[in-house]
Amino acid sequence: MIRVEFLGPIQKDALEVEISNLNELAAILQEDKELAEWLQNSAVAVNDTIVTSLDVALQDGDKISLLPPVCGG
Amino acid sequence: MLSLYDGALNVPKILKEWYEEEAQSNYGAYLPFVGTVRSEDGIEGLSFDIYEPILESWFEAWQQKAKAKGAIIKMAHSRGDVLLHESSYIAAVFSPKRRVALEFIDAFVEDFKASAPIWKYDLKDGKRIYAKDRSTAIEGSGILGAKQ
Repeated sequence: MIRVEFLGPIQKDALEVEISNLNELAAILQEDKELAEWLQNSAVAVNDTIVTSLDVALQDGDKISLLPPVCGG
Repeated sequence: MLSLYDGALNVPKILKEWYEEEAQSNYGAYLPFVGTVRSEDGIEGLSFDIYEPILESWFEAWQQKAKAKGAIIKMAHSRGDVLLHESSYIAAVFSPKRRVALEFIDAFVEDFKASAPIWKYDLKDGKRIYAKDRSTAIEGSGILGAKQ
């Protein structure tokens, strides 16, 4: 099972999904129209490391985080 | 050193603590940047969410860059609400000579704005409103939105 967390202003509860790579996650999340804009502007982290490609193999227990646009300070 | 606080920062206390911590470290320069909430657009204050695991690794990567130049960075940031004329952010560089600190604080604060996993909200009319227009997408964003 892979846990998907939506951080900051994305008002959505975490999901638990059975997937083996990020392409499968993209297909699942793209079904949710409320997420469409967030998917376009959010960064993705696997186990708290930001990734820049969907070619990432996932293991049972991995955590994925979506990070929308930031503004600290 | 990265310190997170609930609510506004006690700026004089933090600056004094940092000064005293490094007073005998033989740094020639101590360059702090303090970010204070200004009154604009009718806001009552700002509010912040922080994702700590990635903030910590981002900060540690910068600390290593500083170390390579013989410098160190300290940073403090608020979680939750910070009202007008209170401060939410302090970053400081200590370095042997001033030039490294002056250049480093600029690069560090710019990357902080673009990359640190912190989300800002305006407090206005009793609501907490995401500051979307002032936010920056982290480099590499959007991969999950690309058409398959």
